[in-house]
Amino acid sequence: MLKIKNVNTYYGQVHALKNVSLHMNAGEIVTLIGANGAGKTTLLNSLSGIVPPRGGEILFQDVPITNLAPHKIVKMGISQVPEGRQIFKPLSVEDNLELGAYLYHRAKAEKERTKKTADMIYELFPILKERRKQLAGTLSGGELQMLSIGRALMARPHLLLLDEPSMGLAPIVAQEIFQVIENLSRESETTILLVEQNARAALKMAHRGYVLETGRLILEGMAADLLENKEVQRAYLGKDKKEIWER
Amino acid sequence: MDNLYQYLLSGLSNGAIYALIGFGFAIIHNATGIINFAQGEFVMLGGMLALFFLVFCGFPLSPSIILSILIATVVGIIFERLAIRPLKNAKPIRLIIITIGASIFIRGAAMLIWGKDTHALPAFSGNDPLYIAGATIMPQHLWIFAVTILVIFSSRLFFNHTIIGKAMRACAYNAQAASLVGIDVRIMVMLSFSISAAIGSLAGIIIAPLTMTSYDVGIMLGLKGFCAVIIGGMSSGLGTVMGGLLLGLLEALGAGFISAGYKDAIAFIILLLILFFRPEGLFGKKETERV
Repeated sequence: MLKIKNVNTYYGQVHALKNVSLHMNAGEIVTLIGANGAGKTTLLNSLSGIVPPRGGEILFQDVPITNLAPHKIVKMGISQVPEGRQIFKPLSVEDNLELGAYLYHRAKAEKERTKKTADMIYELFPILKERRKQLAGTLSGGELQMLSIGRALMARPHLLLLDEPSMGLAPIVAQEIFQVIENLSRESETTILLVEQNARAALKMAHRGYVLETGRLILEGMAADLLENKEVQRAYLGKDKKEIWER
Repeated sequence: MDNLYQYLLSGLSNGAIYALIGFGFAIIHNATGIINFAQGEFVMLGGMLALFFLVFCGFPLSPSIILSILIATVVGIIFERLAIRPLKNAKPIRLIIITIGASIFIRGAAMLIWGKDTHALPAFSGNDPLYIAGATIMPQHLWIFAVTILVIFSSRLFFNHTIIGKAMRACAYNAQAASLVGIDVRIMVMLSFSISAAIGSLAGIIIAPLTMTSYDVGIMLGLKGFCAVIIGGMSSGLGTVMGGLLLGLLEALGAGFISAGYKDAIAFIILLLILFFRPEGLFGKKETERV
């Protein structure tokens, strides 16, 4: 479904992604783990067209999308739930969701489906329905994250990019969000690329995983195998493994 | 007391115009972070184009107004395409300086086309004053109030109840997030330029019968609109209206009771005081971010 081939992305002079290649199959949850500054967000932003790569190719359903503008990539069926939610706080909850379906605003025929999607999202997150007239700026962190996911789903994406959905949330709220993501993947067969600080939770939920370190992919494999991998355990799962020379 | 009425009236009608011009500043600033110092030139274009169609071409009033607004809007779009869009990643300060250049260019072009003379546009519904509660009021004042109210209400409607208006607000708040939901940010920027050119030219048309018009009225009117929007606090729609009315009133009262020579000085003293002591504007809110 998604193929990334030898992508190189720069911020000015900084070489943020170095020859990154990755693929995703339809219906999968793939997680991307790595330390701060490893390039996880950059990879998502390259996919979304916000920081277009300078080299390499991105194919989505066999169509090259490497240099498309962000709004065209959304039209292709890739939606991002950005880091830090990035909700339109001066607008109401309802308006935020409505804008999520912006790409359908000219198509009268889609009105019915958009309404159904909104109902589905209110069912997924009943609290948003309760607050739908409220300004989004008044929501709590967890509610903002729900709204951000809901807004992305309004576009009915084939591929959902999630950037640190649990950041800054209480563990119990984060758990709730993870549960929703898992259900989404199971029930609606949305393909999900998940970037997450909480590597353990992400690997438990995902089918496969990639490990990114300073702009390079250094490991890939089935999520279950990565959970057992000594190096991953030491570096990302916080298991107290001694360095080889310490033994 | 008679004078007071008169001052209040002319203050309010000037203030309404300042508010309209200020609106144009706020719309572009909110969408792009740019302060468009060419805003006043759209006001001038409105007046001069209306004059051209009405007086020189002999068209009836309403087609002249509509044509003038359309042409000014097209100029606004061309301005955005040629001067703003090519520098898409430039810092706002560079773009602001470009708008100053563009304003000089538009003013110069207007001077070449229409000359340096000052003209009066005929009033829309005659020059017979009406007497209300002891004050004389020109029918043109009523036009100004009516148009201002209409513009304020329709823009509220547009920005709060249409998907395009909401998309523009979303862009203003966070352009990157807007692009991630599928909004074409460039279109929104172009739209903001065309809307503020349209509102600016409309302001220029309705004020021209009272204040005369010439190729260089844009500088002063533009700066007054800028004062209005600074007093009101860039972002809030109603704040800009209040800012414009306040500015118009203070100007008129100052000119009436102190000296007419201080009229413009008053506006700029207020501008400086606001910038020194309350840069977020009298009606603007300080941004408080919850993370």
